[in-house]
Amino acid sequence: MLHQTSLVAVAIFATFVLGVLGLSFFLGRKGQSAAGYYAAHGQIHWFVNGIAFAGDYLSAASFLGICGMIAFSGYDGFLYSIGFLAGWVVALFVIAEPIKALGKFTFADALDSRFNSRGIKLAVAISTLVVSIFYLIPQMVGAGSLIKPLLGLPHEAGVILVGVTVTLIVVTAGMVSTTWVQFIKGSLLVFFCGVLTVLILGRGLAVNASRTGTENLAPQVRTVRPDGTVLVDGVTQSRDHDLRPVGTILRLPERFGDARSTGPLGPLEYLSALEDSTIVTWAAKKHVDADGAHTTFTPVERRGTDLLTPGGSFKGLTSGKLADRLDFASLMLALFCGTASLPHILIRYYTVKDAAAARKSTVVGIAAIGVFYVLTLYLGLGAMTSGALDPTDTNMAAPLLAKTFSNTLFAIISAIAFTTVLGTVSGLIMAGSGAVAHDLVENVCGVQMTDHEKIRCGKLAAVGLGIVAMALGILFRNFNVSFLVGWAFNIAASANLPSLVMLLFWPRTTRQGIVAAVSAGMLSSLAWILLSADTFEKVYGLPREMALTPFSQPGLVTIPLGFLVLVVVSLLTPAPSPRR
Amino acid sequence: MAASGKRDGPPQAGGDAAASPLGLCLFGVYVLLYAGFMALVLVRPDLLALRPFGGVNLAIVYGMGLIASAFVLAVTYMLLRSGR
Repeated sequence: MLHQTSLVAVAIFATFVLGVLGLSFFLGRKGQSAAGYYAAHGQIHWFVNGIAFAGDYLSAASFLGICGMIAFSGYDGFLYSIGFLAGWVVALFVIAEPIKALGKFTFADALDSRFNSRGIKLAVAISTLVVSIFYLIPQMVGAGSLIKPLLGLPHEAGVILVGVTVTLIVVTAGMVSTTWVQFIKGSLLVFFCGVLTVLILGRGLAVNASRTGTENLAPQVRTVRPDGTVLVDGVTQSRDHDLRPVGTILRLPERFGDARSTGPLGPLEYLSALEDSTIVTWAAKKHVDADGAHTTFTPVERRGTDLLTPGGSFKGLTSGKLADRLDFASLMLALFCGTASLPHILIRYYTVKDAAAARKSTVVGIAAIGVFYVLTLYLGLGAMTSGALDPTDTNMAAPLLAKTFSNTLFAIISAIAFTTVLGTVSGLIMAGSGAVAHDLVENVCGVQMTDHEKIRCGKLAAVGLGIVAMALGILFRNFNVSFLVGWAFNIAASANLPSLVMLLFWPRTTRQGIVAAVSAGMLSSLAWILLSADTFEKVYGLPREMALTPFSQPGLVTIPLGFLVLVVVSLLTPAPSPRR
Repeated sequence: MAASGKRDGPPQAGGDAAASPLGLCLFGVYVLLYAGFMALVLVRPDLLALRPFGGVNLAIVYGMGLIASAFVLAVTYMLLRSGR
């Protein structure tokens, strides 16, 4: 769909981005040593760090991806919310305090704390880079999606704008500015999502809530011709002839009689009324011929009760095939195990002063993130029935929902979403630059650097990562961001969690075991993803049937594999010396 | 609540590198709750359509319950650890 740019939206957006950059430059003075640049001197207050955890974690996938998935597929998007939050339980109860006690700057420091092994540093640094890059892709894709309706610029412009801004944030002040950007972003995100939810409940549910009046339920066809021209129903796309926004209620529950609107509803009433309503969602079907690539959008009448139970998106839950069920179980396992293995989350434990502060900040993070994930259900369902969805872009559901209330709210929500991307990307680039400068250059290659040189090396690495992120954000533009994040969680959980857990709980763990487990987990999950049906279909454009793996999500196989490899290799190698 | 830059040395690693037994117990409780949910989704999804609570189905109640229980367990852990 083509979106009209509003001056107010541009002004609010510019204020947010300039404010974030100004804060970064102001805080730049505090990152003058390596300890300041990589770990904010370990002096961030636990409450600030807790909200910054939320800022770090509530990425484009959480906000744009989950809301979009709920809006288009119903309850299955909420399964991501449940899985994402569950991962924090692992972080709090198993990882938080030990990792604070073991490490200094990076995740590799913690895994290598007992061994002083170059092999561990190398393997973990590479795994940190791979996970960070996989997590960066969806953030950049989200940025590109946002910039189109907000500023009227192409996807590539959004990706480049985020890349340049984030690189500036990271190179100006490192972890201090990154923390405060995430604190502000986390606070604003939860607050304004709360505001949006109150507005959704206040509006209640209405029949044919389309902004264009009574919804036209005729199918729509979008064609991209070989020369790049876009047609809608056979006519060149323009502002006067565009795809219609979709997503409405066809019938309200009988208890509302002939009323076309329920009026304000309570949180439980809203869910109950929606469950008894009939809703129109739109299915997309693609085919390619000599005239170009055609996508036909067809309305589907669905019962609310079907949309509010699992199975809308994860076909495996209803197909009856074992492989499909295993695919879903694998994703949920990866979400559960992945959080506590994400490098940009783990390094945040080094920004507080001690284990107690690490624990308290995790609890604050869980509270903020938990509230947000409950709100995602209302935001997604509100978008589903708002009559404002862009059928070509699942990632824009939440901002377009805000637009049904006012252009100003749309601008604020879009700007916050953009800041969301900024915060998460800056955390990822911090983790990646630490892996390159501290782990690879200094510890693996043995390059002796002064404090100043360490910072300069980290900043150069940040610039390089920023460029890679921009290129990938453009390449993967047509993916749902939650789906992409699932890959990052799988790789993180497979590569990092087995070593981390075994190091804490099994004294027989050896350095060879850790190197082997990290390498095996990372390579096997990466290979599995590259050979999976989803990648064959969505990346290579090949039939799903050609895929070489039985299901797409690797975690169910590759996480246990990481543990197995660690145990076997550790038992085959000399036991580590007793700890002093 | 400020990030001060007073200390120039690197943050020091140290302290107890073992997870707390209390934390592991609470973790076990949550794993059971999560596994129960996953079992329902995978094996008996029909049960999740039941509406035992104020017209809201079990899928939503259990899902929100998992989010709420993570918070309750986290606060419990923080309070008990602080008291020791």
